[in-house]
Amino acid sequence: MSDSPIITARGVTRVLPGPVPVTLVDGIDLTIEEGGMVAITGPSGSGKSSLLYLLGLLDAPTAGDVLVSGQSTARLDEDARARLRLTSLGFVFQFHFLLPEFSALENVMLPMRALAAMPERRMREHAAGLLERLGLAGHLQKTPDKLSGGQRQRVAIARSLANTPRVILADEPTGNLDSASTAQVLAIFRELVAAHDTTIVMVTHDLNLAAAADHRIHVVDGRLAPVPAG
Amino acid sequence: MNLVIHIAWTHVRHRLRQTLVGTLGIATGVGFSIMMASLMVGSQRDFITTLVDTLPHVSVKDEQRHVPRQPAEDAYAAAAISGLRPEELRPGLKNPLALIAALEAWVPGAVAPSVTTRAIVRYAGRDMSATILGIDPKREPKVSSLPKNMRIGSLELLNSIPNGIIVGDGLLAKLGLKPGTTVALIPVSGTPLDARIAGVFHSGVKAVDEGQIYTLTRTAQILAGQTGLINEIRVHLDDAMESRTIAQLIEAQVGYKSLSWQEANEDLMSAFMVRNVIMFTVVGAILLVASFGTYNIVSTITHEKTRDIAIMKALGLPRKTVRRIFVLEALMIGLFGAVLGSIFGYFMTWGLSLVEIRTPFADATSLPVIYSGWHYLGASAVAMASSIIAGFLPARKAAAVYPVDIIRGAT
Repeated sequence: MSDSPIITARGVTRVLPGPVPVTLVDGIDLTIEEGGMVAITGPSGSGKSSLLYLLGLLDAPTAGDVLVSGQSTARLDEDARARLRLTSLGFVFQFHFLLPEFSALENVMLPMRALAAMPERRMREHAAGLLERLGLAGHLQKTPDKLSGGQRQRVAIARSLANTPRVILADEPTGNLDSASTAQVLAIFRELVAAHDTTIVMVTHDLNLAAAADHRIHVVDGRLAPVPAG
Repeated sequence: MNLVIHIAWTHVRHRLRQTLVGTLGIATGVGFSIMMASLMVGSQRDFITTLVDTLPHVSVKDEQRHVPRQPAEDAYAAAAISGLRPEELRPGLKNPLALIAALEAWVPGAVAPSVTTRAIVRYAGRDMSATILGIDPKREPKVSSLPKNMRIGSLELLNSIPNGIIVGDGLLAKLGLKPGTTVALIPVSGTPLDARIAGVFHSGVKAVDEGQIYTLTRTAQILAGQTGLINEIRVHLDDAMESRTIAQLIEAQVGYKSLSWQEANEDLMSAFMVRNVIMFTVVGAILLVASFGTYNIVSTITHEKTRDIAIMKALGLPRKTVRRIFVLEALMIGLFGAVLGSIFGYFMTWGLSLVEIRTPFADATSLPVIYSGWHYLGASAVAMASSIIAGFLPARKAAAVYPVDIIRGAT
């Protein structure tokens, strides 16, 4: 574990421009240490997903700065932010967002191919290994439409792990899953933290999932708020 | 496989109907362009070949390019002179044998002297004007395709038949002549004579077949009324396309007007140029219309793939990679279209070559087409270039997708 926090937000604000500007995130300061599971909770429309996108460099703050491993991202252009996402961050979305024409294996290989850090054969072995670890050994060549919701989400998790990121940002990763699949995803996250010291930052409505996290951040009206009791 | 190629190929493969429509659009454009170019260039080349075969490549005539100055004008440069009677020049090339020898020393081809004059051909009360060309039967095969064009008789018969002439089959038909018939040749100045048809030729050029008569040099000299007259040296070059340059060199050397076949047919050459401009405009328009199809298809694909583009960008694919994916898709459609269009164009050209048709200028029995690799390469290159341009705009739009906007709106 390094000394500096893996992610730091300094006065991060995001305002959607328009005739009536909408403030999604309002001057948030926070630090996320490496390793462990962090849950971001809050009511619908509170800005928790917006905060996750800002922390994951998917969106750029209107004001403030997000630091990844101590490195400021305020002055990075779009392609530099994309590069940082590719190398250091992994994403899991509520709607899995797998590419429909590609097999599970090819979906997992996509970030590896974009990074092009290893030969094709090794990429294939690594992707297959990830899918096997997540219990999808028999589904490597299946396209997303041939997989169940839980299986798709596990493929999405495998994809997020493709380039061995230090942080995985998950937006409602169990939002569309039944309780069995939810438990499976939680177990995978726990294993990642325990075995690889990966940092999981997830937005969730699921109080049980939030309770299982090591840390909890509560957001109300785009600001940090005390975590409600119970 | 490279990521860009892999994704582009997968998109193209899975959007089979759209790919097929785009490919067929390009293929139609490429196919028709190839067919049109083959026909236009083929007919032009066929006509020029016939022309080049029939006419001398360079004709050295007993004329000056500019009217010669009168001796008085040279003697009294500062004075205004009027009422001068111009010096009468004796027709014909001066010392033609020396000229021929000088030209034969360096001109890449063959040289032959001839006498050109005009006469009326009279037979059974009907008159037709004709150009009489006095030739040397031994030299003629080297400078013209007359021996090849002979339908009845041969050039050698001119030596054995007194006042023998060789006429075109057009003249033969118009005056109702037959080989062996005697006709009256009435020259403008000179001695009329009765000539006997020793042979019949067919050049394929209507004007020549109806209006040119070959005879021996000395017979033509009698008709021209001047013994020893040689008023034209005809040059047949090894490379007909060099005629313009060689004609200029000859003119500079001998001082007489030397006319290349291109200069002699300048009006036709200009017409061909206009025709080519029209052809390339139409071909360009066809390919442009086809490229609109590609634009439409790539636009549709990028629109349908907005969510996937957002995901790829969210995962960390840079803008240029996304842009390349969609430009490559357009290029793939362009490439498939070009290949299919080339096959299509080949068969359409082949089909056209089977169509029998007659033109008023020449007697081609089928549409003259040519199979040139340049037509295939050109049409394919234009199709692919226009596909890339057509794909670039939607690709740029795709690359500009802001992933969060799509992810936020996803359900």
